[in-house]
Amino acid sequence: MKAKVRLFARLSELAGTREAEVDVGEGLTAGEVYHLLCRQYPALSGLNGSIRYAVNGEYAEPEHSVGEGDEVALIPPVSGGSDAV
Amino acid sequence: MLFEITSAALDAQRLIDHVRKDESGAVALFSGVMRNENLGRRVLYLEYDAYPDMAERVMREIAGEALGQWPITDVAMQHRTGRLEIGETSLLVAVSAPHRKGAFEACHALVDRFKEIVPVWKKEVWEGGEEWIEGEAVNRSG
Repeated sequence: MKAKVRLFARLSELAGTREAEVDVGEGLTAGEVYHLLCRQYPALSGLNGSIRYAVNGEYAEPEHSVGEGDEVALIPPVSGGSDAV
Repeated sequence: MLFEITSAALDAQRLIDHVRKDESGAVALFSGVMRNENLGRRVLYLEYDAYPDMAERVMREIAGEALGQWPITDVAMQHRTGRLEIGETSLLVAVSAPHRKGAFEACHALVDRFKEIVPVWKKEVWEGGEEWIEGEAVNRSG
């Protein structure tokens, strides 16, 4: 079973892609999807502490289950608007 | 309500017209504009990335929170993506209300909330380098 992963901003530059696919077998958690993705894209390793997850467009805990056809997004700390952080 | 992630130039008058109702005595508009320096660096331009579907959904959620918390009549938000030059507008938040207090307060709160949780990212490009700016990590969307 496949799930789609979406990458943005710095993460998409590190991986060199904005979209990837991972085989989730009988089902994984969002956190496990990230670890699997790091095997395909080692440059994404070590970001656990700073990223959040979204599953199908909604913020989700790392323990959130991911199955066939789900869309997982890795969300770095956001910085919309115009001010200094 | 109107929530948009767009690569086109933002149009403040369109948002003002959209939120104004006959019962509105006030429209507060926040405009986030690109400036020429940050952290002592001379910024040449900015580049914004976004997760559009999710961003529009999260904007709708925080607008719903604001409508429950303040006496306001409508909310509209737009964020631009792609390359922005100095002086261009990256974010617009418009709030209408019967009275100015609710409009000001809700608009201020919505801008803060936007910057906490709406999935939009900014890259600064300056002379000799570039960097994705990352805000503070927030544990939960709340």
